[in-house]
Amino acid sequence: MCDTCGCNLTPGNRHLAFKPVARGATAVSVLKGLLAKNDDQATHNRAHFDTRGLLAINLMSSPGSGKTALLEATLTALKDEFTCAVIEGDLETENDAARIRALGVTAHQIVTGTACHLDAHLVHDALHHMNLDGIDLLFIENVGNLVCPASFDLGQHLNVTLLSVTEGDDKPAKYPVMFRAADAMLLTKTDLLAVLDDFDPDRAESHLRNLANPAPVMRLSARKGTGMDAWLAWLREQLAAQRARVALGRSRRPAIQSDGQRYHHVTA
Amino acid sequence: MHELAVAQALVEQVEAVISQHGATQASSIRVCIGPLAGVVPDLLAHAFPLAAAGSRLEHAKLEFAHAAIKVRCETCGAETEVAMNRLLCGTCGDWHTQITSGDELLLESVELETTRTLAPNS
Repeated sequence: MCDTCGCNLTPGNRHLAFKPVARGATAVSVLKGLLAKNDDQATHNRAHFDTRGLLAINLMSSPGSGKTALLEATLTALKDEFTCAVIEGDLETENDAARIRALGVTAHQIVTGTACHLDAHLVHDALHHMNLDGIDLLFIENVGNLVCPASFDLGQHLNVTLLSVTEGDDKPAKYPVMFRAADAMLLTKTDLLAVLDDFDPDRAESHLRNLANPAPVMRLSARKGTGMDAWLAWLREQLAAQRARVALGRSRRPAIQSDGQRYHHVTA
Repeated sequence: MHELAVAQALVEQVEAVISQHGATQASSIRVCIGPLAGVVPDLLAHAFPLAAAGSRLEHAKLEFAHAAIKVRCETCGAETEVAMNRLLCGTCGDWHTQITSGDELLLESVELETTRTLAPNS
């Protein structure tokens, strides 16, 4: 690990490591991700997933944008094809897990109390309450919040960010950290576009591109069933890609906090 | 709102550095937070004393290094400074860019109080 051998020192940061200080004091260069402990746990979670060849997807969005409704429609459509499991994150209640269990699908509810996001440790604890053997797809429904969940890696392979058409098409511009982390963006509740005159799906997509994000954008209505085919096809494609990676002993990290840290030679 | 969780992670990491170097306490801590990391430096500065209370870094000064948002264009190769919600190449306007700076969340360096003088980075 580079934080112990000193090879993370570069011409750009060397002055920090060897800053002259008063006698009796010493300066040490650390250059380690602040969330290294969370990231280590996330890596461990990802190893659990990869060992079983399953694909883990983190669903993020505002509260009420239709994450659970999307899951209900998805699980119903895929029930004869794949074995799925769900981890639900909410501040309170078992309501969402109960909705998933009503479909005959394994679900574990994480009740966060006041915490505004899931972290890798909460997800790891949840995994100990679930049997992952034979699972193909694991969905993690994060706490409804367009801010904090984007900063915490849970061990998932992909981030899917939902934007419902009742929210406003400039959300990617207002919440760049969240939408930059998306491996796919779903515009949900599109059946309501007929009665809304201020949401332009093309504008939402162009705000996403302004964040240099090449993620596919899919438009759907889980309640009416429109646009679900493209989403289901994307899931099948991603599961096949995950199985191909696992066969080669590789894994995949989501689009979350990646590039800048790599340029800083940080391995944590 | 999650800055307290980040402050707690910071305290744990600095405690580990203190132990690793056989120091008695930390006198200053420097972190680098890019605007795209999703952590607000001011909120972290407010959360830090709560997380650090009773630890060997409760008297440490918390300093922030500024990181500008920069992207490198995959099309024309230019590296330009950009706004948080417009990560397009400043030269040719293409959106096929890579962030080279601005999403860091790093503990950069720690200044330690020791009872004896240690060699730097020993």
